[in-house]
Amino acid sequence: MSVDLATVRKIASLARIATSDAEAEALLPELNNILGWIEQLAQVDTTGVEPLAAVIPNHLRLREDKVTDGGIRDAVLANAPQAEHGFFAVPKVIE
Amino acid sequence: MTDSPYRIQGATGEWEVVIGLEVHAQITSQSKLFSGAATAFGAEPNSQVSLVDAAMPGMLPVPNGECIRQAVRTGLALDAQINRWSRFDRKNYFYADLPQGYQISQLYHPLVGEGSLLIEPEDAAPKTIGIERIHVEQDAGKLMHDQHPTRSYVDLNRSGVALMEIVSRPDMRSPAEAGAYVKKLRSILRYVGSCDGNMEQGSMRADVNVSVRKPGGELGTRTETKNVNSVRFVMAAIEHEAKRQVAVIEDGGTIIQETRLFDPDKGVTRSMRSKEDAHDYRYFPDPDLLPLELDEAFLADALASLPELPDAKRARYEGELGLSAYNADVLTADVETARWFEAMLAEGAPAKAGANWLISELFGALNRLGKTIGESPVSPRQAAELVALVGDGTLSGSLAKQVFELMLETGQDAGVIVEERGLKQTSDTGAIEAEIARVIAANPDKVADYKGGKDKLFGFFVGQTMRAMGGKANPGVVNDLLKKALE
Repeated sequence: MSVDLATVRKIASLARIATSDAEAEALLPELNNILGWIEQLAQVDTTGVEPLAAVIPNHLRLREDKVTDGGIRDAVLANAPQAEHGFFAVPKVIE
Repeated sequence: MTDSPYRIQGATGEWEVVIGLEVHAQITSQSKLFSGAATAFGAEPNSQVSLVDAAMPGMLPVPNGECIRQAVRTGLALDAQINRWSRFDRKNYFYADLPQGYQISQLYHPLVGEGSLLIEPEDAAPKTIGIERIHVEQDAGKLMHDQHPTRSYVDLNRSGVALMEIVSRPDMRSPAEAGAYVKKLRSILRYVGSCDGNMEQGSMRADVNVSVRKPGGELGTRTETKNVNSVRFVMAAIEHEAKRQVAVIEDGGTIIQETRLFDPDKGVTRSMRSKEDAHDYRYFPDPDLLPLELDEAFLADALASLPELPDAKRARYEGELGLSAYNADVLTADVETARWFEAMLAEGAPAKAGANWLISELFGALNRLGKTIGESPVSPRQAAELVALVGDGTLSGSLAKQVFELMLETGQDAGVIVEERGLKQTSDTGAIEAEIARVIAANPDKVADYKGGKDKLFGFFVGQTMRAMGGKANPGVVNDLLKKALE
């Protein structure tokens, strides 16, 4: 499996990463290289092998339902390019 | 009850409508699905946001056990398969209300699998609707577009709140069935306590999938109308969308699989005109979260914690309490009503009289006052006392209405009002006979007519006697004495 330049541009656009033509062309062999490795891995016969979620036998821990966070509006908004009246202010997005 | 199915009449004949619903229900919890920030409605903007919810780099999600438990309980209430092993996936897209750039959801291995829901649409036969799955996911933030000429304002308080997405099979065939489905689902969620079902506040909203086909033919292409937030709007959106699709196809056009919005003011759906690749979500397992594994003890606890559900309760009200089918249905439709009714029974009210009083008198009063049963000015204990006073003959039906009005006004107990205002029904035959004698003496012509065969005049004498007694005479005694007096 391999990708073409159009696919590279599409992936970049979906990920909102600005990519010049030169960068896209440089990324093409890199991505195909990675896909090659994956194909190589796929050659291993995994019949009967359970998919592995983590390399150490760990379980997902669940939290208690308690309010332990929040009330830090200034910290939440501190890095916002623009904030007004306690809201993030972003360029108007309307469907 | 009618067997004729719902059909859209087109120029080329009849069309059948196929409907599936995806209901997003906010899980009732104190804190969010993956953070300890609060979920309360109506807080100051961005005051209930943790650094996890704001997607600050390096923050890690930790699931809220209560949200998982509530989704499992909901699944059990819908007779659904609970998956002991499920997993969270990232659904990737960019929008200003989604700081992570992805929503944590469950695509490949949902928490809850197949179940079912019995609906009873008005004027149609009951029907079982398949539930395909329930998965747990994060809600997004809220955007406000009308506060500034060039900016949208973002409030992340809702960002990260837990939702259940309850996906039905495309088993519904009419707006009425879809409406009944949403109502029944809402009722069960409220019984279970996993969602408050408040559609106005957005705790429950539906994505409506609609397609049309010639009856029994191949399935048509469906459209999805997003975020419809009332039962009435769900029904209106389906009707409009089905008619629109029939018109497009009969004009020689084709239906595009697309996302649409319902405009409640105009009653129409319109295309969201999203970009083509907006649906390229590139799901993949969330590497921040291990698979969710549930043990049998967790499931047993969830099952044991389920309350009596509406269908079982209704059957019990009919079978054990001897209530009419209508009364049992009305009393069990919403959990608050059932709780109130059962609190009345616990205070000693007899079931049938209590049910009749609640449905006619209390509901009538609440309707007038614009209050819910939870806000009733009269408590179940006070209601039980009032019903008991009717049962033991202290109050007639009409006196009970008067006493109830005074209870609503003053908040006083029925017994106190009866004592203080002397509203007790009297069976004092001497007093009643004296009034009857006066009524007969004052109306010799009517007495003659009555004796001449005008039986209907009996009501007139009853009315006159009751009025003379100030409404307090025992109607049974009045009837008996009047019959004797007029013989």
